Amino acid sequence: MGILVLAEHNNAELKPATLNTVTAARAIGDDIHVLVAGEGCGAIADAAAKIDGVSKVLVADAPEYGHQLAENVANLIVGLADGYSHILAPHTTSGKNILPRAAALLDLQQVSDITAVVSEDTFERPIYAGNGVATVQSSDAKKLVTVRITAFDPAAEEGGSAAIEQVASAGDAGLTSFLRAEVSSSERPELTSAKIIISGGRGMQSGENFAMLEKIADKLGAAVGASRAAVDAGYVPNDYQVGQTGKIVAPDLYIAVGLSGAIQHLAGMKDSKVIVAINKDEEAPIFQVADYGIVGDLFDVVPALEAELDKQS
Amino acid sequence: MKVLVAVKRVIDPNVKVRVKADESGVETANVKMAMNPFDEIGVEEAIRMREAGTADEVVAVSIGAQQVQETIRTALAMGADRGIHVNTDETIQPLAAAKLLKAVIEKEQPQVVILGKQAVDDDAGQTGQMLAALLGWSQATFASKIALGDGEAEVTREIDGGLEVIKAKLPMVVTTDLRLNEPRYASLPNIMKAKKKPIEEMTPADLGVDPAPRLTLVKVVEPPKRHAGIIVETVAELVDKLKNEAKVI
Repeated sequence: MGILVLAEHNNAELKPATLNTVTAARAIGDDIHVLVAGEGCGAIADAAAKIDGVSKVLVADAPEYGHQLAENVANLIVGLADGYSHILAPHTTSGKNILPRAAALLDLQQVSDITAVVSEDTFERPIYAGNGVATVQSSDAKKLVTVRITAFDPAAEEGGSAAIEQVASAGDAGLTSFLRAEVSSSERPELTSAKIIISGGRGMQSGENFAMLEKIADKLGAAVGASRAAVDAGYVPNDYQVGQTGKIVAPDLYIAVGLSGAIQHLAGMKDSKVIVAINKDEEAPIFQVADYGIVGDLFDVVPALEAELDKQS
Repeated sequence: MKVLVAVKRVIDPNVKVRVKADESGVETANVKMAMNPFDEIGVEEAIRMREAGTADEVVAVSIGAQQVQETIRTALAMGADRGIHVNTDETIQPLAAAKLLKAVIEKEQPQVVILGKQAVDDDAGQTGQMLAALLGWSQATFASKIALGDGEAEVTREIDGGLEVIKAKLPMVVTTDLRLNEPRYASLPNIMKAKKKPIEEMTPADLGVDPAPRLTLVKVVEPPKRHAGIIVETVAELVDKLKNEAKVI
């Protein structure tokens, strides 16, 4: 039996999280199908068919899938589940919303946020904000799994030539409807796919001061993140949040500014390749995980860093 | 309208969690416990609904051994009206929790059920969605704002990249995100009053649910450790290291 991967997309663009999820699927087995549920999503299906290692793309193109409402997409997955041993989705806000609903309808205990595949029924996943790594074995007939995207490399976007098959809609459950989105419009890369991230903590003291980080982000092509403390203080929106209860990131370079490094924040970024910490408190826990640290007042260090980047570029 | 809120007893998030030497789990003996922070937000939201006059009763439910009654008492001290304790020593995984909550909800008939978006122990983030599925109800996950209307609600959801507003038919299941509200502290008089509020006890057998776990915990190990690097003195040195040593910019 094959493995079904739920594609993450917004009808305009196939999100990279799909590629990492395909890699997780390939660690489990062969015959990987991708489900594209959307509205006017033909181009997404074409893109999914080119992913290396995908043998078939299922497309459900209907208005009720236009906004990835969990009730509708979960019903679609349930109707397709018979042919699959595993159903995977990225552990993003969309995957997290949809897959547990499908799992309960199928009477299956989902495995969330896996970071490694041990065997077809056994997976590793972080618990307690990453303070422990649990190995869990599922006794269910079918495995529904969400995948931590930073733990798996993206599959190649080219190289596949999967067949595309239309599937019928499971209909509109009529429970919820989409009203509007307020999506942050930014030219900067998304946090979860950025190669470089610069994050601020409570030490930033205000939302206005994040402009200093944005300037550096624009020089480096980086995304801007924040600690929960900075979000709680109202400096930046919640979708900036990196950590146990926000986004999990693993960029090549993570620059932590005025951020102490609470365990819940470290849970979201400690798999970054290189970590830089800028903090005036030399005892701050962030220095315990940082490859390079500068002890100093961020209001001196950050402008100096900006000037230095100009100088050395 | 009745609001039901589910609360979970977890290791206090401010406590450093330690993995047991025999890899069988994490150390919970003599560790400070607390209500899951997202559930506190749920309790607060339910109480605000009652204070606003949209709800007339708030019921707090918890599943677990005898000690979870402490967590229910915390919810009662915050302002919930009464508690329900589903008493079991079994390890409860999200699907079992959803089945038990569904059975309680069928007896209680609330219009709104609020859960945390995840519990900070197993970080699974499934129970609310599973509960909504089993009930056949609307789900509004990761809520940062709930506006109750007549037979429906407008819920603002925290999603990757921003916010989304959906309309959900009642009854519905909501899961809380951080910015929904700031939970209150229980005052001493309210803590005293909470001691007199009723907690009804029942078992999974009373509810006709088999809560046996489906996932076997094979082992729990410490995560790989990162080691502290070096402190650099100047910004010039930092940029040089990032360029020429780490090669990341």
